[in-house]
Order: sequence, then structure tokens, then C-alpha cells
Amino acid sequence: MLRGLWRLTWLEIKIFVREPLGVIGTVGVPVLIYAVFGRLIGSRGRSDVPRFVSADLPIFAALLIAVSAVLSLVTIIAIYREAGILKRLRATPLRPNTILSAHVLVKLLFTAATFVVMLLAGRRYVPLGAGGAAVPLGSFTLALLFSTLSILSLGFVIASIVPTARFAQPIGTLVLYPMLGLSGLFVPVGALPPMLRLVARALPFTYAVALLKGIWHGEGWSAHVGDVAVLTLMFLVSAAVSAKVFRWE
Amino acid sequence: MPSPCHNALARIGMTPQPAIHVAAIRKTYGATVAIDDVSFDVSPGEIFGLIGPNGAGKTTTMECVEGLRTPDRGAISVLGLDPSRDTRRLQQRIGVQLQEAQLQKRIKVREAVAFWASLYRNAVDGVDGDRLIEQLGLSDKREAWFMTLSGGQKQRLFIALALINDPELVFLDELTTGLDPQARRAIWDLVRGIRQRGKTVFLTTHLMEEAERLCDRVAIIDHGRIVDVGRPAELVQRHCPERTVTVATEDATAPERFREIPQVQSVSAQGVHVTIRGRGDDLVTQVIQCLAEHRIRAIDFRAELPTLEDVFLKLTGHVIRD
Repeated sequence: MLRGLWRLTWLEIKIFVREPLGVIGTVGVPVLIYAVFGRLIGSRGRSDVPRFVSADLPIFAALLIAVSAVLSLVTIIAIYREAGILKRLRATPLRPNTILSAHVLVKLLFTAATFVVMLLAGRRYVPLGAGGAAVPLGSFTLALLFSTLSILSLGFVIASIVPTARFAQPIGTLVLYPMLGLSGLFVPVGALPPMLRLVARALPFTYAVALLKGIWHGEGWSAHVGDVAVLTLMFLVSAAVSAKVFRWE
Repeated sequence: MPSPCHNALARIGMTPQPAIHVAAIRKTYGATVAIDDVSFDVSPGEIFGLIGPNGAGKTTTMECVEGLRTPDRGAISVLGLDPSRDTRRLQQRIGVQLQEAQLQKRIKVREAVAFWASLYRNAVDGVDGDRLIEQLGLSDKREAWFMTLSGGQKQRLFIALALINDPELVFLDELTTGLDPQARRAIWDLVRGIRQRGKTVFLTTHLMEEAERLCDRVAIIDHGRIVDVGRPAELVQRHCPERTVTVATEDATAPERFREIPQVQSVSAQGVHVTIRGRGDDLVTQVIQCLAEHRIRAIDFRAELPTLEDVFLKLTGHVIRD
């Protein structure tokens, strides 16, 4: 029911932007922080700034946007479940998948929008061309959305198991940020202790970071077929798991 | 009151196919048996109430009939369809209001109606959607967010959504819970209006007054089992045939005279108040005749008829809690 999907997505977008705090939090704050950080450390190549901050600031910021989208999704799903909104929608001819897909689409849309606005706002300080070559922005946005989708499906697994809406945000935060820490963005995965390295290899963030870094620095998609495959596999596994354990009420 | 069509069929000795047929269904959640051996029929065109205290199994039963849950055992037929197999086809033909469901906090009334209309094949079109909003008294709330509506307005919106596809059968689960008496009465009128349009209504309530005023027939459910099914007056007649008449009189011979009435079982006097208990619909008439015959001067006269509340107490041994 594609028509229902577009209508519900559009409806949820309108509802989302009616909550000023939600929009400021998801779009406004990342853009502002990026601009401020970019101004402080951006292109000056200061030696006292860690390498990942100076070189990979856009990737770090992009992942933070993705994580905040996932957190927001987990929270919204938990609230919708607790208030009986999911149950009410399920008692209509809408297919269950349509209801959940609409929320994924909304999150992907805001992720892309936030990212683009952020780059534009910070372009004075963080140039979009590293060493003369322009960053393939379209490709990078696509890679970001693809990574976000994989992480969002993990969000559905989290949303399936959080007991109440009150726990959604803290549990989501506890699960997602450590994953980000192991993703290879701060410390290369190869430099992690063996146990943590294993954990890192099992997390979508690791592959998302590899893909995003590569694309940002001008590598082609063909160099990252493995990352794409793993992210796709993780998406499928998470989707299958949440289809099994997802609670509608 | 059953629909004219139903009456006509009944007169020529034909029973129409029931709108809902439930046969011996059972549903458990882990070790808890929510409902067991629940059976009843709902006829086309009637308002049928499933009544009982909170936790008796009303919502579980209703959600099985709606196709939202699948019973572990037993059979259900709704408009000739199996709700767990033909869920999608059934959804097009029924209207549903769920207990304690909400909508998105910031969805507008107009948007909710338009969105719901877009989901159904035979949905009322834009103009009719407006009329529906108007009929339910929500015209000045068209642009209001869901979260700003009062309890009664929210329930009226849910009724509008349940009617959006012009359904043959409407499910209303604890529709008036938490509403003030005035809002409750307004909702009752709306439900009667649904029946007037020839639709069947299946509702649950834990308010006996609501059941008595609104339902053509009721099924009493307690601890997951159906205790009895029938018209409210019929159930009262069957289980609580006792009538009580209280007469206030200064005539000292009155108690003696009342005892002579055949149906009277007991007479007790407390000050000027004489309480007469007996059986049968005739009791009130008999007492009035007795008063006239013996020229007993009554200061006050009160007849008390048992209600569904009393039936419930009698059948289950406990009062229904609000």
C-alpha cells in the first residue's frame, strides 16, 4: 500500500515539525555545533587537535546525526506504543510494515536534510574539497543514508525490547554510544584489544565508518563492496529479528 | 430495538445470519486464562453489550472478534468472515474504537479524518468527512491538535474514525469511561444514531447504567466466562424477580393490610416507612389497589425495580467496581 506509506510519512513529517524542541534538537543543534567546532578547529590544521577531529569531523558529525535519528526513532516508537497509537493504526487496513516504514522514511529524510544544512553552514571553516578534489557529496549522503538505515533497523530491535517510553532514551543511549566508540573513528579497529576488536566487527557502526571515510576521501563504492554487503546483511538480520520480537502494545 | 429488517425476518420465522458468531473461544496469556468457553451471537441491527468488571475479559473477547488477537481455541465468524484469516477484508467492513487508544499528540482533527478516509476503499469523501465532523460536534475543532481535545471530544473523534468507512458493524470498547455524565449522554445519543442508520454495534462497558440504557441485549462476563445473555429487562426478570415498594404512612393498620396481598413475601415497618417485598410485575399495582381499597393515606410512595447491577451481584456474588 504505497499510497498509505506516502500519506503517513507526510503526516508524520508535519507532526514532527510541530514540536519545536524536536526540530531544534535534531536539525538545529547539530548544525550549530558543527559550525562552532568547525570554526574553532576546522582548516587550520592545529597540531593539538586529534587527527580524527580535524580530518574526519564531517564523518563524526554525520554519524552523530545518524545516532540521534536512531535514538529519536526508538523514543517515538516507544511513545507510540505506550499511548496505543501503534495499536490504533494497526486496526486499520494499513500494513504493519507500512506503519514502521513511514517512521524510517521520516528519519532518513531528516538525516539527509540535517547533514546537508550542516555542511553548508560549516563550509567556510570545513572545506568540502580536501586537497583540491571536491568531496562527492551526493555519494556521501547516499552512503550516510544507507548506513543510517542499517543502524535504524538495529534501533527497531532496541525499540522492541525497551519496556516503557521512559527507558527508551537512556537504554538507546547506553547501547548506541559505546558502539560509536568502537567504530574505528577514534581508535582504528586494528588497534583495539582482541576482544573488543571482535565486538567491533559485529557492529554496523564499524562498517558504516569504513564506508563513510572511504567515500569522503574520494574512494569509489567498488572499494567498499564488503562494507555495503555487511551493512545490508545486518539490516536484513535486524529486520528479521525485530519482525519476530517487535511488540505493538 | 432490532432493525426493521430484522423484525420482518423474525416475523416470517427466519433468523438472519448473525453479524457476529462466537463459539467457545479461549485465550490465555502465559498461565493466565483471560477468557474461556465464551460464546454468543450478535444480530444485525442491534446494540449488543459485553458487560462486566475491569479485567473480566471484555477487551480480549472484543479484540479476538476484531481480528487483533487470535483465540487459542474456538471459532469466530464476523459478517461471514473469519477475523484472524480474512483480517484485511473484514477491516474494510468494520469500524473500530479501541480502549484507551490515542492518536499522535499533534495531529489535527481534519488530518486524522482525511488520513483514515484515505485508507479505506469505500471511505466517505471529503464533503461527507466534513459532515461527519459536523455531526459529531467537532466543526470548531477541525484545526485543533489531538492533545488539546477534551476527553469527550477525543471519543467523538474516535467514533468519527470508526464510522469513516461506512461500516456494517461498529466496535466500541469502553467508549464513555472517564467522561462526565453530560458527555456520556451525548455519546449515548450518537451510538443510538449509529443503530438508526441500520448498523450493528458491539460494545463493552463496565457501567451497568450504560448497558441498561443503550443495549438491546447484553452478555454478562465475569472472570473470563459468560454468565448469561439476554435483553436487560429479561435478565432482571429472570434473576431478580423481587420488587420492593416503600410506602410512608401514619396509618398503623397498613402493614397488616399489605401482608394480605398474595405476592407479598415480607413487610417491615420502620417509623412511618413500610417496606414491602414481593415477586412479580403486579406487586406495584397490588399495593396501589390495597392503598385505595383500605383508604390508607400515603405520604410517600416509592417502587424500586432491580437493575442489571443487582443481576450482576446475584450472578457473580460481587458488586461491579467502577
